[in-house]
Amino acid sequence: MEQIILLGVTLVFIAPVLRRILGEWAAGIYALLPLSALVYLIIQLPEVLKSGSVVTHVSWIPSLGIDLTFRLDGLSLLFSLLISGIGFLVVLYAANYMHGHLQFGQFYAYLLLFMTAMLGLAWSDNLIGLFVFWELTSVSSYLLIGFDHDSLKARKAALQALLVTAGGGLALLGGLIWLGWETGTLEIAQINAQGELIRSSAAYLPILVFVLLGAFTKSAQFPFHFWLPGAMAAPTPVSAYLHSATMVKAGIYLLARLTPALSGTGAWSTALITAGLLTLLVGAFLALGQTDLKRLLAYTTLAALGMIILLLGLGTPLAVKTAMVFLLAHSLYKGALFLMAGGIDHAAGTRDVDQLGGLARSMPWTALGAFLAGLSITGLPPALGFIGKEYIYETALDTSLAAWLVPMVFVALVSVTAAAGWIFLKPFIGQRKAPESDLHENSILLWLPPLLLGGLGVLAGLFSQATADWLIKPAVGSVLATDTPVKLALWYGFTPMLLLSILTVLSGFLVYSQRRFVQPFVSRMTAALEAISPESLYNRALDGLKTLAAWQTALLQNGYLRIYLIVVVLAFTGLVVLAMLTRVILPAPLTVTSPHFYDIVLAGLIISAVFAIVKASSRLATVAILGLIGFSVALIYLMYGAPDLAMVQFAIETLTVILFVLVIYKLPKFSRITSPRARIFDILVSISAGILMTVLVLIMTLQPLESKVTSYYVESSLPEARGRNIVNVILVDFRGLDTLGEISVLALAAIGVYALVRFKSSAENRISGKSLLAETEKPIRVTAHSILEETVIQSDRSGRMKEEGVEK
Amino acid sequence: MVRSPVLFLAARYLLPLLLIFSVFLLLRGHNEVGGGFVGGLVAASAFMLYAIARSPSAARRLLPVSPPALIAIGLAIAFGSGMVGPLSGLPVMTGVWLAEPLPVLGKVGTPVLFDVGVYFLVVGICLHILLTLAEE
Repeated sequence: MEQIILLGVTLVFIAPVLRRILGEWAAGIYALLPLSALVYLIIQLPEVLKSGSVVTHVSWIPSLGIDLTFRLDGLSLLFSLLISGIGFLVVLYAANYMHGHLQFGQFYAYLLLFMTAMLGLAWSDNLIGLFVFWELTSVSSYLLIGFDHDSLKARKAALQALLVTAGGGLALLGGLIWLGWETGTLEIAQINAQGELIRSSAAYLPILVFVLLGAFTKSAQFPFHFWLPGAMAAPTPVSAYLHSATMVKAGIYLLARLTPALSGTGAWSTALITAGLLTLLVGAFLALGQTDLKRLLAYTTLAALGMIILLLGLGTPLAVKTAMVFLLAHSLYKGALFLMAGGIDHAAGTRDVDQLGGLARSMPWTALGAFLAGLSITGLPPALGFIGKEYIYETALDTSLAAWLVPMVFVALVSVTAAAGWIFLKPFIGQRKAPESDLHENSILLWLPPLLLGGLGVLAGLFSQATADWLIKPAVGSVLATDTPVKLALWYGFTPMLLLSILTVLSGFLVYSQRRFVQPFVSRMTAALEAISPESLYNRALDGLKTLAAWQTALLQNGYLRIYLIVVVLAFTGLVVLAMLTRVILPAPLTVTSPHFYDIVLAGLIISAVFAIVKASSRLATVAILGLIGFSVALIYLMYGAPDLAMVQFAIETLTVILFVLVIYKLPKFSRITSPRARIFDILVSISAGILMTVLVLIMTLQPLESKVTSYYVESSLPEARGRNIVNVILVDFRGLDTLGEISVLALAAIGVYALVRFKSSAENRISGKSLLAETEKPIRVTAHSILEETVIQSDRSGRMKEEGVEK
Repeated sequence: MVRSPVLFLAARYLLPLLLIFSVFLLLRGHNEVGGGFVGGLVAASAFMLYAIARSPSAARRLLPVSPPALIAIGLAIAFGSGMVGPLSGLPVMTGVWLAEPLPVLGKVGTPVLFDVGVYFLVVGICLHILLTLAEE
């Protein structure tokens, strides 16, 4: 399995290159990924059926227990079949849908990245491995939703999806690590064996909450559901693949996978049933108010996801069976319908259901595919969806909550049926209307995938027992960790479920036909409730965060160098003083030896230089005296036995003086622009900083000098590192990795300086100055301008400033 | 910058001397006082001296490659020296030495190579920043 992942990663990197070489025929190469996965899965099917699972293992960080363990059992088999099968069709479909797009190759890079990550997620048997793939799906989803990056709507939707799912992902990470800690292992198979231990531990509830946060955000459960309709801004193949058939099911997959470990408690059932039911009802209701095909599909997907979570929450073998059947049916028909919607959009020019009609004559193949999928979504025989619906009712009737659960499920399913009718029936029948006048059937690449998926849904229903034996039974076995018999058939006799199914279809048709009353009503109600919806809460929270950030930045980064220095120095001083008062113990009393003459000379030199700087009026003199101080410090290093350091200091001091001279060209002369009170404050700040540094150095010199580290380096420098200069040996050999990091940072700093200097001068020439760089340099300009203004004002007022000639 | 004939002439002779000295510092660093950092700084000072004496563009013309390229070369050499270890199955950044010391250079191994990378990088960084500012 890891070879397939490796193939995926390789294809991701070379996808754009392939596009440039092969044109759009590169899609054939891209299709190799899902195809190879599909072939592998089919080959492994007998083994999985026989022995329960196929496991492979790649060591990654053994010391932390993080490995890439891949397990192919019933559940992951079902999922990865969906991922690779639907993925294969989507790759072919997108070859035509994205035809002519400039970033064709990049699109496929993102799509293949997602596919690889999703396969890794489905196959992963290690918690952290699973999490890595989980986050990769969030990232690739972000890239795909925002693929049309010129559209503000797409960008905002992508960011929204990312923030919600990644936020949940953060919680998930905490939950997974905690789970690993409690059980002592990160391998899911071993964790699932310790279910009793986990459920009875005190950490169970927090772990559950975190894991549920991750799963619910990813699978768009209420109240985290609002990102899914927004994600419809993505190209339709993406919506078909990610946001109906695979990615949104990842949360469901996780919960199913961890059922042996976490389920069986009241907390689990309550949480899942509540969330699932709410999502089901919200999705079904909101679907009735939509006019856009994709949004109709998005909301009905929400309902379906809620349904599956609800079933997992009920937890009985029957419920889990139903969940798997419904999951399979839903993936097949939703994928088909999404692809069909894309096809209609492509041919007819709109996705607005109210503007479409009678397309069946012009687009017969698309219509056929839609019809087959439609059988499944409305729950009509012989499609798999019919079996699914029967089982849903049977599960609902079977529980103790049947009294109110069944009516709610009924209402939801009626709404979904009605919405489904608007999706797959309404555009094709009746009076022919469409914005596009030249209406004809699409290319085979656009109508064959939905047809195949719809057809598969019907075939799965017709050969229901085969479906049960090959797909459902192993999956249910993995979820419940025991072998459960599964029987699926199209006909069970005249049961209450059948009656309910018939009622659902009839009522759904009734609602369907009353669209002109239903749709505006729901739409108005939705708008009325807008203010308290989770989406508006999210938006308000995000805006609040931005306002807070802007305020705090304006406060601390206001463009005045003086304020920056004061803040930095005061913060540093305060924190260090705090640390010193609470932690430091003087190991020995302070002893003062009499100074040598060179100590006195150097000290005197430095102190008089400091006074000279403060009194100096020309910047060039200041720079020169600073250089003098630097050289004196270097002499101190030399006197006290650090020749390497001294040499470096000499060289750096030289270059620094040159640097300052080059810079002072730009600055105006010294002038007094602050009030005396401010200057006294500044003096106090700087004196306190100076005292702090002195005390720090004194304390440091009192610490014992002998340490094991020193003796280690002294002993091993020559034999192991073949060098006698210990300082240099440490820099390039013992601590070479640190040095590597430091020089990388230096390189970045050099590039940054270059960018700041060069972009500043070009920003001044720009007419419209709205750019990030322009706004970065604004504080520098503001400071310079204010200094210049003050200089002029001061010189007018006090008449003290004498022109001393142009300083060079 | 003021043209001084003394500086003008002196820079022409001091530059090669300083460059030789910087290479000397680089190569002796492993056993005596010196090293890649100081060598690079001295070399950068040499070019800056030339730039002050003549002009920044004259100094740029002297360089075989541009400063950003020097930075890249330095980083590449430094990273490359770290990757020699994995070629023989050792961990990254293991010191790999030639068995016999060479006549002028002394013992040659990946730490020395790393130091050379640091040398180029430091020269590149200092000249990149200083020449950019000098040309403003």
